[in-house]
Amino acid sequence: MSGLLSTVTFLPALGAVLVFLLPRRAEALARQVAFAVAVVTFVVSLPLYFGFSPATPDYQFVEQQAWMPTLGVSYHLGVDGISLLLVLLTTFLMPLVLLSSWSSVEARWKEFAITMLLLETGMLGVFVALDLFLFYVFWEAMLIPMYLIIGIWGGSNRVYAAIKFILYTLFGSLLMLVAILALYFQHGAATGTYTFDLPVLATFVLPGGLNQSLLFLAFALAFAIKVPMFPFHTWLPDAHVEAPTAGSVILAAVLLKMGTYGFLRFCLPLFPQASLQFAPWIFALAVIGIVYGAWVSTVQPDIKKLVAYSSVSHLGFVMLGLFTLTAQGLVGGIIQMVNHGLSTGALFLLVGMIYERRHTRLIADFGGLWSVMPGFSVIFLIVSLSSLGLPGLNGFVGEFLILVGTFQVNRTAAVVATTGIIFAAVYMLWMYQRVIFGEVTREENRRLSDLTAREWAVLLPVVLFIVWIGVYPAPFTGMTEASVQALIAQTQAKAAATTTLMPR
Amino acid sequence: MSEALVFPAIDLRAIAPILVLAGTALLLLVLDLLPPRDRKDHLGVIGAIGAVVSLLVALWLWGADVRAFRGMVILDDYTLFFGLIIGFATSLVLMLSLDYLRRQGMESGEFYILVLFSATGMALMAAAGDLIVVFLGLETMSLSLYVLTGFFRGRLDAAEASMKYFLLGAFASGFFLYGIALVFGATGSTNLDRIAAAVAGGAARDPLLVVGFGLLLVGFGFKISSVPFHMWASDVYQGAPTSVTALIATGSKAAAFAALLRVLLAVARPAQPDWASLLWVLAVLSMTVGNVVAIAQQNLKRMLAYSSIAHAGYMLVGVVAGGAPGHGSVLFYLLVYTFTTAGAFGVILLLERNGQEAVRLEDFAGLAARHPVMALALSLFLLSLIGIPPTAGFVGKFYLFGAAVRAGYIWLAVIGVLNSAAAAYYYLRLIVVMYMREPEGMPATLVPSFSGGLALAVALWGVVQFGVLPAPLFDLAQAAVTPLLR
Repeated sequence: MSGLLSTVTFLPALGAVLVFLLPRRAEALARQVAFAVAVVTFVVSLPLYFGFSPATPDYQFVEQQAWMPTLGVSYHLGVDGISLLLVLLTTFLMPLVLLSSWSSVEARWKEFAITMLLLETGMLGVFVALDLFLFYVFWEAMLIPMYLIIGIWGGSNRVYAAIKFILYTLFGSLLMLVAILALYFQHGAATGTYTFDLPVLATFVLPGGLNQSLLFLAFALAFAIKVPMFPFHTWLPDAHVEAPTAGSVILAAVLLKMGTYGFLRFCLPLFPQASLQFAPWIFALAVIGIVYGAWVSTVQPDIKKLVAYSSVSHLGFVMLGLFTLTAQGLVGGIIQMVNHGLSTGALFLLVGMIYERRHTRLIADFGGLWSVMPGFSVIFLIVSLSSLGLPGLNGFVGEFLILVGTFQVNRTAAVVATTGIIFAAVYMLWMYQRVIFGEVTREENRRLSDLTAREWAVLLPVVLFIVWIGVYPAPFTGMTEASVQALIAQTQAKAAATTTLMPR
Repeated sequence: MSEALVFPAIDLRAIAPILVLAGTALLLLVLDLLPPRDRKDHLGVIGAIGAVVSLLVALWLWGADVRAFRGMVILDDYTLFFGLIIGFATSLVLMLSLDYLRRQGMESGEFYILVLFSATGMALMAAAGDLIVVFLGLETMSLSLYVLTGFFRGRLDAAEASMKYFLLGAFASGFFLYGIALVFGATGSTNLDRIAAAVAGGAARDPLLVVGFGLLLVGFGFKISSVPFHMWASDVYQGAPTSVTALIATGSKAAAFAALLRVLLAVARPAQPDWASLLWVLAVLSMTVGNVVAIAQQNLKRMLAYSSIAHAGYMLVGVVAGGAPGHGSVLFYLLVYTFTTAGAFGVILLLERNGQEAVRLEDFAGLAARHPVMALALSLFLLSLIGIPPTAGFVGKFYLFGAAVRAGYIWLAVIGVLNSAAAAYYYLRLIVVMYMREPEGMPATLVPSFSGGLALAVALWGVVQFGVLPAPLFDLAQAAVTPLLR
C-alpha cells in the first residue's frame, strides 16, 4: 500500500492541527481527540507489521518524491527490519502515555496534546526517513516539542533541564550537519551524482583514513549524546527527572533509541571502516556506561533518578551489541531497544502513578506498599524483573543475545558487561524491597488507593508485550534478521573495500 | 576632451522599480500637504502599496538584462532579486508602522516618505553599475535612516542613537568615498565593468587598488554591521522606532550586501583567495562576537541587534564560499532573514506594557498563556533565527554552510554551526520566558492592529513557505547571481 508510511507519520501532525482548531477552553475534548488520534495512528500503523515481508532486507513501503531536485534532496521514506519495531514501539506507546497523563497533566492540556502529537510525527519521521536531509529535518524538528514538554510541564528545575537537553543535543547534531554536507560533496565529487539519498550513499565506498574517521566521529558524537553514552550522559538524569511522566516515558522509550538507531542506520553502513576501527573505543565506553550507570543507580534516593541512570546502563548493552557486528549482537541490540522502551517506559509510568498519589519519589518515603497497593506492587515487580533481565521476561532475551554476540568478539567486554546484569539485580531489587516490602512506615501511605481502571489500561498492554517477548520472541526477532544479516555483510564488504583503497 | 557632450540614452525600464519607489515618495510629499491634517494613515497605506507595486514590477521584469545610463545602472535578475527583498522589507515595515506610530503619538507623513526614500536608495545600491551610484544610493538610504532613527525626537535614547548612527555613518561614508578615489586612481574608472577589465589587465596587485578596496570594505562592513564595524548597531537598534529598526536590520543590510557582492566580484575576483581569507576572519569575528554578546542582553532590541551582527557573519560565510551556490545562498538568506526579522520586530512592536513598548525580556513573561498565537508566531521567528527545521532559517543556514563545505571551508562551517548552537541559548531564553514564566505585575498586552497582523501573516508565510518548499526560490537566487559570475 503506497502512502502508508506518510499517513502514519503525518496523522499525528494532522491531529495536532485538529486539536489546535478546537475552542480554547475545551481541555477535556482536546485530550479525548489527542488520544483518539494516537489510537488511530497505532491502528493505521499495524499493517506495517502484518504487511512486512521478513524475508527481504530491502526497504519496504517505500515512498519517494523529488523535494529539492537540484540539490538531490528527496522525500524518501521506507522501513526495514531495523526501523519497523521502533516505529511500532512509538505508535504503540503514544496512546498509552496520553492516557497516563489524563489527570497528571493539570494545566494546558490542549497545548500538551498538540506538542505530544507533533513530537510523535517528528519521532516517526526520524525512523522512516531514508534521505539524510529529511532525516536531519525530523531529527532537529523533534527537539522543540520535547523541549517544550520538559520546560512547560516539568518539575521545579524544568527550565534548566530543558535548556541543557536542547543545547547538548544541538551541539552534537549541528556537527553532524557539517558531516552530512561533507559526505554529500565527497560522494558528489567522486561519482558525479549529488544526492542525500541514504540507499545511494550507503553503496558509496568512502576512502578510509582520517577523513572517514572525522565524519564518523561527527555522526557518532550526535548519536552518542542522544543514546546517551558515557561520558555524554549528564543531560539525561536532569531531563528525565524534571520531565513529566509522559515526557520521561517518551524520552526513555523512543528518543534514546534514536541515538542507537542512528549508529545502526548511518554510522555502520556509511563509515564501515571507521566503525570497525573505533569499535574497541565504543566497547570501552559502553562497558563503562553499563557498570557506571548501575553503580550510580544503586545509590540514588529518588526512584525516578534511579530509573534514569539505569537507562545509561541498559543503553550501554545496546551499544555493545550493535558494535559486535555479529548477527546475535545486532538482533539482540534491536530487541533490547524495544525492551528498554517497554520496561523503562513502564517503570516511568509506575513512578508517575505513585508520584501522582504522594507527590514524592523518594525511596525513603515509601515502604510496605504491598499491603496497600497489591495490584501496583505486582505490576511493579514484573516490570522490575523484566528490567533486570530475568529469564522468561523480555529483558533477558535482548541481553542474552548481546552477550552471546559480545563473547565472540571481545571476551573481556562480555565478562565486565555481565557484572552489569548482577548490579542491575542489586539496584532494582533493593529499591523494590525498600518501596514495596516491610511495614508501612508512613501514615500517608496507608490511605493510598490501588491502580484505577485507567491505570490498568495503561499498564496491561505493556506487560503483555514484556511477557510475550520474553516467552516467544520469534515474531519480533524474526522481523529483524534479514536486514541485520544484510547490514553486517554490507558493512564488512565495504570495510574490506575501503582498506584496499587506502593509500599506502 | 573636446567632443560635444553626449547624453546617454535614457532607459526608464532599467530603473522602473526604483522609479516606483521614488515616485510614491514624491506623491506622498504632495498628498501630505492636503487634508486631512490629523490622520496620516492613508499615506502609509499608499506607501505600502507603492512598495508592493515595485515588488510586482521586479517580478514582471524578471529575466531582463539591461545596462543603462552608460553602465551606471544595471538591471538584471540580481537587481530584481534585491528588488523583491527591498519591496518586501519596505511594505512590511510600512504596514507595521501604521498603528505603531499613532500609539507612540508620532504619526506624521514624513515618516512614510523617509522610509520610501531610504528604500529608493537601497534599490539604487542594488542596481548600481558604478561606484558613484553605489555611493549615491548609500547616502540616499543612510540620510533617510539617520532621520528615521531619531524620529521619536522627545526621547533621549533616540537622540543618542541618531547622533551615533550619523557620526559613525559619516565616517564610514568618508572611508567609502576615499576608497572610490583610490580605486579610481588605480584603474582610471569608477565603472565596475571597466574596473574589472583593468583588474584583469594587471592592476590586481596595485597597492592603490588594494587599499582602495579595503576602504570600500570598511564602508560595507559598517552597513552590514559586521565586526569590527558593528559598534553602532546595539544603540541604534535600541533607540530607533522599532519599525525603523526592522528596516535597518533587513533592507539596509540587504542593500549593502547587494553592492558588496557586485563590487567584490568586479574588483576583487582575480585576488579572490586573499579577500576570502580576510572575509573569513570578518565572518568568524561577526558570528562569534555577535552571539556571545547577545547572550548578555536583557533588552530584546539590543539582543536582536547582536543577533543581526551574528547573522551578517553567517551571510559572510556564503560570500567567502563564493560561486553560484555561495552567493545564491546569501541572496536566499537575505530574503528569508527579512521575513524572519521583520516578523520578530513586528511582534515586539505590537506589544505594550503599561503604555510603554515591551522590549525587555521580562515583559514577555507568560505571553503564551494570554496571546498564544502571538507567542507561537514569535517562537517560529526565533526558531528560524536559530535555524531549526522546518523554518526557512534552517534551510538558509543549510545552504550557507553547504556552500562553505562545498568550497572546502569545512572549519568555517564548523565554527558557524557551533555558533548556531550557542545562539540557540539566547533565542530559546525568550521562548522560555514566554511559555514557562508567570508575569510579574501587569502583563504585556497585545495592541490589535489589522495592518500589523497582515504584516505578521506575510512574514509567517515566508518563514514557513521557504522552510518547506525552498527549492524554487533557491534556484531563482542562484540564477540571479550567475550573471555576476560570468
